[in-house]
Amino acid sequence: MIKRFSMGTLLLYGTLGLLVIAYLLPAYLAFVTALKLPGEITLPRSWDLPAEMNWKSFSQAFSLLRPNIVNSIILAISATFLSTLLGSLNGYVFSKWKFRGSEIIFTLFLFGMFIPYQVILIPLFQTLRAMNLYGGLPGLILAHVVYGLPITSLIFRNFYAQIPSALIESAMLDRAGFFSIYTRIVFPLSIPGFVVTSLWQFTQIWNEFLWGICLTRYQSNPITVGLAQLAGGQAVSWNLPMAGSILAAIPVLLIYVFLGRYFIKGLLAGSVKE
Amino acid sequence: MRNISRDHIKAILTLLPSIILIGVFVYGFICNTFWTSMTDWGGSGALAENPEKNYIGLSNYRDLFTGFLGGGFRQDLVNAVFYSVSLLCGAIGLGLFIAILLDCKPRGEGFFRTAFLYPMSLSFIVTGTIWRWMLAPNGGVNILPSYVGMEKLPLKWLTSTRTILEFNWQNLWQVLLCVIAFFMIMAGLWKLKDETSRAGKRWIVIGVMTGTLAWLFGDILPKALFMEELHGFNLATLGIVMATIWQYSGYTMALYLAGFTGISQDMRDAAMLDGASSAGYYRFVALPMLRPITLSAIIILSHISLKMFDLIFAMTGPDNAETGHPALTMYLTTFRANDFAKGAAIAIVLFMIAATFIIPYLISSYRKGND
Repeated sequence: MIKRFSMGTLLLYGTLGLLVIAYLLPAYLAFVTALKLPGEITLPRSWDLPAEMNWKSFSQAFSLLRPNIVNSIILAISATFLSTLLGSLNGYVFSKWKFRGSEIIFTLFLFGMFIPYQVILIPLFQTLRAMNLYGGLPGLILAHVVYGLPITSLIFRNFYAQIPSALIESAMLDRAGFFSIYTRIVFPLSIPGFVVTSLWQFTQIWNEFLWGICLTRYQSNPITVGLAQLAGGQAVSWNLPMAGSILAAIPVLLIYVFLGRYFIKGLLAGSVKE
Repeated sequence: MRNISRDHIKAILTLLPSIILIGVFVYGFICNTFWTSMTDWGGSGALAENPEKNYIGLSNYRDLFTGFLGGGFRQDLVNAVFYSVSLLCGAIGLGLFIAILLDCKPRGEGFFRTAFLYPMSLSFIVTGTIWRWMLAPNGGVNILPSYVGMEKLPLKWLTSTRTILEFNWQNLWQVLLCVIAFFMIMAGLWKLKDETSRAGKRWIVIGVMTGTLAWLFGDILPKALFMEELHGFNLATLGIVMATIWQYSGYTMALYLAGFTGISQDMRDAAMLDGASSAGYYRFVALPMLRPITLSAIIILSHISLKMFDLIFAMTGPDNAETGHPALTMYLTTFRANDFAKGAAIAIVLFMIAATFIIPYLISSYRKGND
């Protein structure tokens, strides 16, 4: 095989290479800063490699953020589980049991996905206080489940639209009802749908900040709030916030690197209509 | 037949809890916030069990838009508009550019895609923390050029106090009319290029007339404020724009790439056979076909930039006036200053702006779904 080097390909790879470097620079800076000793971190030498590896930054940041990480794990897993399950049932109704007005209801659901959440923040805060749920994780879980319903219903509705209606109809001829069709036919076919939806919800909930800071007290702060506090303090040297950022990014980055295919599907489902 | 209808009742009952939750938590809460914005709820007793609230009509909104102390909010609003526009241009332009590069199917396409998309998976707090360090003066981005033998950049990213494109808030109506006229002329030109229809010319004529009239006779329009007050684009926001583009251009790239892959190879071959160059193919075939994708990218990005809170919070802290944003002011007004009514009014303003483009978008997608 003869390799051809035209100006075009050279330009293509050159541009792509430069862009990749630009996109990876922040990650590089975060790593080298996290690995430096506090005394070694100075602005003019911020891009230099550390003289010696200071892995301790990570364990220090971890011990500072551990309560937040535990909170976020509990929060993200339970809220993801609940909103995915409800979304699956809603999507099943929206795609296979359409009734008069179901499309309007679906569109009204979608609207909830596009509102700036500031507009519901004050009543949400008041309601959680009245329900004695303010400040703790259950209130935050409730908020994430409710406001996760539009996107999870949307993904599952589009997913179930691919299941042929003939399958449902033949099951109905066999006298299978609403729930037995769901448990025997639809649910077993939905594993990819569950993977896409739960990965999407998990990343969204893990990364959320506004409700975390407005609706929880100190003991229940999720990881994003903990990290903002760690980075906001003036006395802390920069290796800790950087190590903390990396720790906060690891779960979602792992999802992204190993299950990126599904993550992108969730991403596209949130914006492109079938 | 009876069996089917019973199943339909079961279906509706299954949906019912979600309908109630969305009804209360979305629609009920929006109405509640709207009501709150017309009261005087705030001050020292605001967090009491049954806080005192009195109906005061639209006076919170009047304070925000024309009041003596609302200047900060007005600057935040102007800044947010500039922020949204620059984010849209930057993220869509760069994302489209990268998507076209990757559509040439270079080797290692998967690696490239991952490298461009990974910022998207991060939390805004993580992005903000890292970019605050990237944009520190005398370090980070500013000293990068010195590694290739150039001068250091003197930019004060997040602390700059310079403002560009300033206008007087008194002349708000005049400025708005000019902006509308500009968009009408652009829409007219766009239409003219597609087909030589009369609609295009009409748009241009109306646009030019509106613009000229606003320019010449703007003085007779009512003043929006009783005193001169300059607002513009705070340059400190550029740093925030950069970080947001870094995070979201991968997203637009993924959207466009999915769209390009969806266009059949036949279509592409046909365009090439007709003598289209690569540039011509994207300009005249691919992009017009991907208009729905551009539209969803615009909707999603505007929505994100309207509620932007976390990133600014992490990059400059909540109290930096130079990078202010209504979403952040809403938080500070409500939860730091306990002025719930005014916070609600700010939230409603944000909601109204979002609704002006979300509602038409949802209605059109609903109609499409019914066809």
